[in-house]
Amino acid sequence: MFTATAMPTKSPFPSGKFAAATLDQDGHRCGYVHSVETGAAVDGPGVRFVLFLSGCQFRCLYCHNPDTWKLHNGMLLTVDDVVAQIGSYAPFLRLAGGLTISGGEPLLQAGFVREVFTQVKQRHGLHTTLDTQGFLATRLPDSWFDPVDLVLLDIKHIDAARYRQITGQPLQPTLDFAARLIRLGKPFWVRYVLVPGLTDDAAHIAQLAGHLQALASQRPGCLQRVEVLPFHKMGETKWQALGLRYSLTSTPEPSPAAVDAARAIFSAHGLACC
Amino acid sequence: MNAPLKSPQHRAWHNFGAGRWQQQINVRDFIQRNYTPYDGDAGFLADPTERTLLLWGKLCTLLQQERAAPGGVLDVATDRGTRITAFGPGYIDRSLEKIVGVQTDAPLRRAIFPNTGLRMVQAALHEIGRDLDPAIETIYQHYRKDHNSAVFDAYNPLIRACRSSGIITGLPDAYGRGRIIGDYRRVALYGVDALVAFKESDKAATDDLDFTEDVLRLREEMSEQIRALHELKAMAASYGFDIGSPATTAQEATQWLYFGYLAAVKEQNGAAMSLGRVSTFLDIYFERDLAAGVLDETTAQELIDDLVIKLRIVRFLRTEEYNSLYSGDPTWVTEAIGGMGKDGRTLVSKTSFRFLNTLFNLGAAPEPNLTVLWSSALPRGFKDFCARVSIETSSIQYESDDQMRPQWGDDYGIACCVSAMAIGKQMQFFGARCNLAKALLYAINGGVDEKTGQRVVPGFEPITGDYLDFDTVVTRFEAMLDWLAQTYVKALNAIHYMHDKYAYERIEMALHDRDILRTMACGIAGLSVAADSLSAIKYAKVKAIRNEAGIAVDFAIDGSYPAFGNNDDRVDNLAVWLTETFMRKIRQHPTYRNAMPTQSVLTITSNVVYGKKTGNTPDGRRDGAPFAPGANPMNGRDQSGFVAAGASVAKLPYAAALDGISWTASATPDALGHTGADRIANLTNCLDGFCNASGFHINVNVLNRDTLLDAMAHPEQYPQLTIRVSGYAVNFIKLSREQQLDVINRTFHQHA
Repeated sequence: MFTATAMPTKSPFPSGKFAAATLDQDGHRCGYVHSVETGAAVDGPGVRFVLFLSGCQFRCLYCHNPDTWKLHNGMLLTVDDVVAQIGSYAPFLRLAGGLTISGGEPLLQAGFVREVFTQVKQRHGLHTTLDTQGFLATRLPDSWFDPVDLVLLDIKHIDAARYRQITGQPLQPTLDFAARLIRLGKPFWVRYVLVPGLTDDAAHIAQLAGHLQALASQRPGCLQRVEVLPFHKMGETKWQALGLRYSLTSTPEPSPAAVDAARAIFSAHGLACC
Repeated sequence: MNAPLKSPQHRAWHNFGAGRWQQQINVRDFIQRNYTPYDGDAGFLADPTERTLLLWGKLCTLLQQERAAPGGVLDVATDRGTRITAFGPGYIDRSLEKIVGVQTDAPLRRAIFPNTGLRMVQAALHEIGRDLDPAIETIYQHYRKDHNSAVFDAYNPLIRACRSSGIITGLPDAYGRGRIIGDYRRVALYGVDALVAFKESDKAATDDLDFTEDVLRLREEMSEQIRALHELKAMAASYGFDIGSPATTAQEATQWLYFGYLAAVKEQNGAAMSLGRVSTFLDIYFERDLAAGVLDETTAQELIDDLVIKLRIVRFLRTEEYNSLYSGDPTWVTEAIGGMGKDGRTLVSKTSFRFLNTLFNLGAAPEPNLTVLWSSALPRGFKDFCARVSIETSSIQYESDDQMRPQWGDDYGIACCVSAMAIGKQMQFFGARCNLAKALLYAINGGVDEKTGQRVVPGFEPITGDYLDFDTVVTRFEAMLDWLAQTYVKALNAIHYMHDKYAYERIEMALHDRDILRTMACGIAGLSVAADSLSAIKYAKVKAIRNEAGIAVDFAIDGSYPAFGNNDDRVDNLAVWLTETFMRKIRQHPTYRNAMPTQSVLTITSNVVYGKKTGNTPDGRRDGAPFAPGANPMNGRDQSGFVAAGASVAKLPYAAALDGISWTASATPDALGHTGADRIANLTNCLDGFCNASGFHINVNVLNRDTLLDAMAHPEQYPQLTIRVSGYAVNFIKLSREQQLDVINRTFHQHA
C-alpha cells in the first residue's frame, strides 16, 4: 500500500465508507482486532478493557499507533471470541471500569462494534465507551448508539483546513457528530491532542472551546469533560518500523506549562478540563 | 471459659453499652455494642503537633545512627536473656512521650532471645563484632535447653538434608515462630487482675480431670500464662502505671494495650509479631473522651502517632542468613484496619483513619504493617483515603474481607502478611514454605539435587529420555510431592512440639481463650515457576540436557507455551492444580496438637534465596534466577497487563490456601490516570474489581522505576522510601543490592 518513503496521505478506505462486514466460515460476524489492553486507566472512566480495532481512514500526523491503520493487519476474531475474552474480566470490570473500543477507528467496523457492545451489555452488564473521531457517525442511525454509555470524541482541530492538513479528512462530520450527541443526550468527553506548532495556537483552542461551550449549554451534563492530551513521540518507532516517514521528528513534546495553559482556556469557557 | 468477672460496674466502663462482654472475656461483643461506624471522609484528621514532630525527629536521628551501625544494629544488651521484666523502663524522651515503653532500657537497643536459639544469638553477635556474656553460654550449655537444640534432637537425617538443599527453607527452628496475636485489647478492657482471675478459674476447671499428657501440658501452660500476666503488671508498674484495673481513658486504653504488646515483643522474637485489630476498639475510648470534652482531635491523633512511633521501632537481633530470607529488618507489626461487620455495618471508625494518617504525619514507613481489610461495601470516603495513602506512600496492603469474613468471622486479624486468625481464639504453627520448583526437578532427577549432585530423596528413579513427557512428569511429580509433604509436616510437628516446650509464648497465649483453634500453616514457593514448567512440558516440547552424571541440569524449549499471569486457563489451571494437590497431600498427615492444615502462597523476600538454590527449570528460568514473589507471575511473563495478571492470581482457590495468597503489583502514577482524583478513583475501583473477581491480597506500589534507581545510587536521600514486597513493606534502602534489583526488574505496569 505504501512505498518505503511515502507520506501516508491516502487511506485505502474511500471517505465515508464502512469496511465490508466479515463473516467466518460458519457465518459468524468477525472483526479485525489489533490488540487488547486489559487494564487501561486513561481511556474512559475507571480501569477498562480496551479493544483496539485495526483500520482507520485518517492519517493523523501525530498518530501513535500507525500500525492500526491497515484493517487486515488485525487478527480476525468473532464477536463471540471477543465477548468471551472480555467476559473473563467481567467481575473486575463491572466495578473497576468497563469496556472501551478504540482503534484505529472503530466505526469503520460499525456492525461488529455494535454487536460487541450489545452483547457485552446484555451478558455482562458492563459500562461501554466508544473512542472515535466521529467521521463515520453521520452514516449511523441514532439507535446504533443505544448500547454506548459514553463517547470519547477526538477533535483534532477546530479549523477545517488545519484539520484536513493533520488528518487528511474533513472536519464537519466530527462537529456534526458532537451536535448530535448533545441532541441525543449521550454523555461524551472531548479529547484534544496538544501538538506544539500544530494544535497549540491559543486562538484556535479558544475557538474550539467556544464552540464546545455553546454546544454544552444546550444540554448541561452531556459534555462531561475535555481532556488535553500532551503530544508524545512514543509512536515514532512504529512509523519507522512500517517504513513510513514521520514528519514530527523535530517537534518537541509540549511543556507542562503549555498543557496547563491550554487546559486553562477550556476551563475559562466553563468546561471541566484535565 | 466464662469466668464471672468481679465488679462488672467498673467506673472504667461508664457510658459503655452493657452486654455479655461484662460477664465473660468477649472483646468482639464489646466492640459491636459500642463502636461508632464512620462513613465520612478524611477531612477531620489533624496534622502532627510540634511535640510529635520533635519526638519523631529525635528518633530519626537514632534511626540514622542505626542504619550506619555495623549490621544495622545500634546496640545490643548482651548481658541477659530477655523476658518481660528483664529491663527497667526506657524512653526516647520522657518529657515528650505520651505513650511509653521500649523493648529494653533504650530505644533501638536490641535484646537477645536465647530461649529460641542460643546459636542464632552467638552468630548474630559475632557478625557485628560483639560478644555474648559467658554466663549466658554456661546457662544454656549446662542448665537449660533452647528450642533450636531441641528441634535438632528430633529431626531425622532426611529433614536435615531437605533443609540444607533448600527444598524446605525458612523453618522457625532457630528463632521464634511468631504469627501468634495476643488479644492486647483485653488488657485495656478488663485490666490484668481480671485476666488473672479469669485464667485461674479456667485452670481450676481442669483440677478434677485425669492428668493425661494433654491436661498436664495445659495446666503448666496456664500457670505460665498467669505468671506472665503478673510480670506484665510489674513491667507496667516500672513505668509508673497500675494496669491491674481496666483503662479509664483513651490515653490509658492506648497505653494498656501497648503494654500488652510490649510484653510480647520483650519475650518473643517471632518472625512476625503482629498487633491484631485494635483501631476500632480504641476508637470507642476516643469517642467517649471526645464526647466528654476531655480529648480533642489533635490529641487523639497524637496518641495514635505516639503508639505508631513505638511500633516502628520494634527490633530483633537477626543473622545475615535470616536477613537474606526476610530482608529489611521486618517485624510484621501487622494491624488490620477496616472491614465489614457480620451485621452489615462497616468496622471503619475515625481511628481507622488516624492509623493511616500516621503515614502522612510521620512519613512513609514499612512498620507497622498496615493492612486494609477491603470490601466493596466499605464507605467511599475510607476507600478513597486508602487509595490516596497507597499512591503517596506505597506503604499499605489490601486483603479481601469478603473472602475472610465468612471463614473467620468479623474480629480476625492478620498475622504477618496474609494469615487471617480470629483474635484471641486462634493461633498458627508457622511453617515457612517448601520449594515446588525444586521438587519438580527432584521428580525429574529421581531425588538427586541438581546443584550438588547429592541424592537427597531415597527410592526414586530419574526420568529418562530426551523429551519430557507431561503425563510421566506429573506422575513422578505427584509421588515426589507425597514424599515432600510427609517430610515437611514431620519437620513442622517437631518444631512446634519443641517450641511449645522450650519457648512457649506465655504472654501472647495469656491473651487467648483457653481452647483455641490451631492451624498448621504450610506454604509453597515457586508456584509460577512450577506451573510455567509444567505448561512448557505440556504445550511446547522440552528436552532435558543432562550432565555426565546423568542429571538434568538444563532444558531446551522447542516452541512456545502459555505462561501464568495472562488469564490463560491452560496454564492457570495448572497453578490451581498444584495448589490444590499439595494442600491435599499436606492434609493426609497427622499434625501436632491436631492442628488444622493450611497453606499459603507467599514468599516474602525469600523468592531470591529460593531462586539461588534452584537450578535451571523447564520453563526456561536460569540457574539461580529469583522466583517471582508469592503468587506472582514470573517477571516479564505477565505481558497482558495488570488486570490479566490479577485475574490469573485470583483463580487460585482460597479454600486450598487458607493461610493466604500474596500478589504484589507495581504501577507508575501515570498508569493510574491523568489526574490525582482519577488515580484515587481508579485505584479504588481496581481494588473493588479485584476483590469482586475473588482476588485475595494485593500489595500496591505506585512508583516510578527511576525513583528506585535513584534511591540505589543515593540511599541517603531516601531514608523513608517504602516499597511493598510479598506481604510486607520494607525500607527500600535496607534491601540487599540483589533484592533491590529483583524489585526493579519486576514487571512495572505501564498500564494499570
